[in-house]
Amino acid sequence: MRGMPQSLEQLFALDGLIQDDEREIAKAVRHFVDERVRPHIAEWFDTGEVPARELTKELGELGVLGMHLDGYGCAGLSATTYGLACQELEAGDSGIRSLVSVQGSLAMYSIHAYGSEEQKQEWLPRMAAGDAIGCFGLTEPDFGSNPGGMRTRAKKDGEDWVLNGTKMWITNGTVADVAVVWAQTDEKVRGFVVPTDTPGFSAPEIKRKMSLRASVTAELVLEDVRLPASAVLPEVQGLRGPLGALSEARFGIIFGAMGAARDCLETAISYAQDRQVFDKSLASYQLTQAKLADMALELGKGQLLALHLGRLKDSGTITPEQVSVGKLNNTREAIAIARQCRTILAANGITLEYPVIRHANNLESVLTYEGTSEVHQLVIGKALTGAEAFR
Amino acid sequence: MNIVVCVKYVPDAQGDRTFNEDNTTDRANVDGLLSELDEYAVEAALKIVEAGEGEVTVVTVGPEQAADALKKALQMGADKAVHVSDEAIHGSDAVATSLVLAEAVKKIGSPDLVLTGLSSTDGTMSVVPAMLAERLGLPQVTQVSTLEVADGTVKGRRDGDAVSESLEASLPALVSVTDQINEPRYPSFKGIMAAKKKPVETWSLADLGVDAGQVGLDAAWTKVESFAQRPPREQGEIVTDEGDGGTKLAEFLAAQKFV
Repeated sequence: MRGMPQSLEQLFALDGLIQDDEREIAKAVRHFVDERVRPHIAEWFDTGEVPARELTKELGELGVLGMHLDGYGCAGLSATTYGLACQELEAGDSGIRSLVSVQGSLAMYSIHAYGSEEQKQEWLPRMAAGDAIGCFGLTEPDFGSNPGGMRTRAKKDGEDWVLNGTKMWITNGTVADVAVVWAQTDEKVRGFVVPTDTPGFSAPEIKRKMSLRASVTAELVLEDVRLPASAVLPEVQGLRGPLGALSEARFGIIFGAMGAARDCLETAISYAQDRQVFDKSLASYQLTQAKLADMALELGKGQLLALHLGRLKDSGTITPEQVSVGKLNNTREAIAIARQCRTILAANGITLEYPVIRHANNLESVLTYEGTSEVHQLVIGKALTGAEAFR
Repeated sequence: MNIVVCVKYVPDAQGDRTFNEDNTTDRANVDGLLSELDEYAVEAALKIVEAGEGEVTVVTVGPEQAADALKKALQMGADKAVHVSDEAIHGSDAVATSLVLAEAVKKIGSPDLVLTGLSSTDGTMSVVPAMLAERLGLPQVTQVSTLEVADGTVKGRRDGDAVSESLEASLPALVSVTDQINEPRYPSFKGIMAAKKKPVETWSLADLGVDAGQVGLDAAWTKVESFAQRPPREQGEIVTDEGDGGTKLAEFLAAQKFV
């Protein structure tokens, strides 16, 4: 029996959960990805070169950068809308979504939430327009899940601050105009707005990555970087600052990961329908259908979870534990879907002719950045038991 | 400079094309969109107004869903929209469409410029712009790939196979533009949100003073008698190379009149 195939969205009737505005915005991002990302992404991934500045400008013109922030040239849209945009971007490539996450949720959010009026005026409109690129320096070569141990130091010298240290795995690092750098002071961890042309600041690119190849990753080296008193983010002290920004970025990943998974599953379904094995399509074998059905369930559940968390965030009641629930589940399921889809495409699945291995490799990073799966398990474990098991 | 852009809501060319029982194109039950060729006219209008001043009004004639085409134009940056919708218009040919459009343009006001696309992507007749210009008594500058408005005139270049013509007309005028004239913008988030607050008026034939007997399927000068789906593509011919592959390939191409 042949029936009219349904789309993944139809199967879960997701459309009814999304408002008109949200749908329009998501459609605009999908169009952008179709026009500007899909035709080039295999080459960018293959060569490890991405026109980040050009893309940032175009994303700024579209309105994506800092779209969930209010004022200063930002679009002021809801968290759910931002999530849906992340889903469409990551259906293109996790690297492109990372660019947007770092710009909007890490760099811009930090300045928006913790910055002085002067810092906001100076940077946010340009960053929203895509004329200035931002990066975010928290992780260090020896401090990932334990950022509190950071060795980067900011010392007072008269009115000035002098920064020394190294930050690692910094998305947008080599192309950034401004870096939000977190450093240990004599008291607490403080955030600094560092123009990247400040003497002593350098950002060597990290090469030879097998994941997020269509994304710029750098190390930030700070050697006696002298900053005026006005460079410090005045409104926050302690790790609460960077962790707040990370929670924002994680929220985008909850949706984004499902975008990558959706792209893989759509590819696998279409491939299975076309591919003839023995005398019929791969899609008409029971083992293929079992795989597709199981993956569709996880995708749909992950998307429902993302939308639920989006509504919670828009109502202002979301907790960090709930963000951990979404990040852990959706990145873990996304990479499982990508790998399973690869088995349906078999050898074709390992090439850049199809998006599957690219997504799978990207998701290796997405699984562990912005809090590893293990850290999120511990966050949830603590929420359930009351006992901290981080160390 | 007040500009009216005439646009059409057409079935998405990537979707399945279906017909109604009366042999007219099904526009209501398929995914539709702003005819891509009309996006160039909208973009041309926006560029002119952005470089100076004025207002861009988009107008369409079509069923309820045609409001989507107007919405897209408003998201791109047009200021207001007019939707002419009336059951009696169903099945109208180009002659009747141009009549309804002409009355709508008159009711909107006296624009300095009426812009259209090269043709619709579904009917692909390219005759409505000329008919509309006649009905409005405007000079017509059709199928131009450049457009310049200055000092009460409009200038454009029409590229033909053999020659390029430089055309000029005094304003007010009607201009149809090709897909070479610009690169239509895609709506930004700002445009999408702003469009929700822009005015859209819906007019019936009675609002335009058009007699229902002058339009619709019964008034059409031509009638589609029947239609048939194009037969599915047949599988290509596979030639096994037994030393004569080149010859067979050449013979095939010659038979298809490619060489």
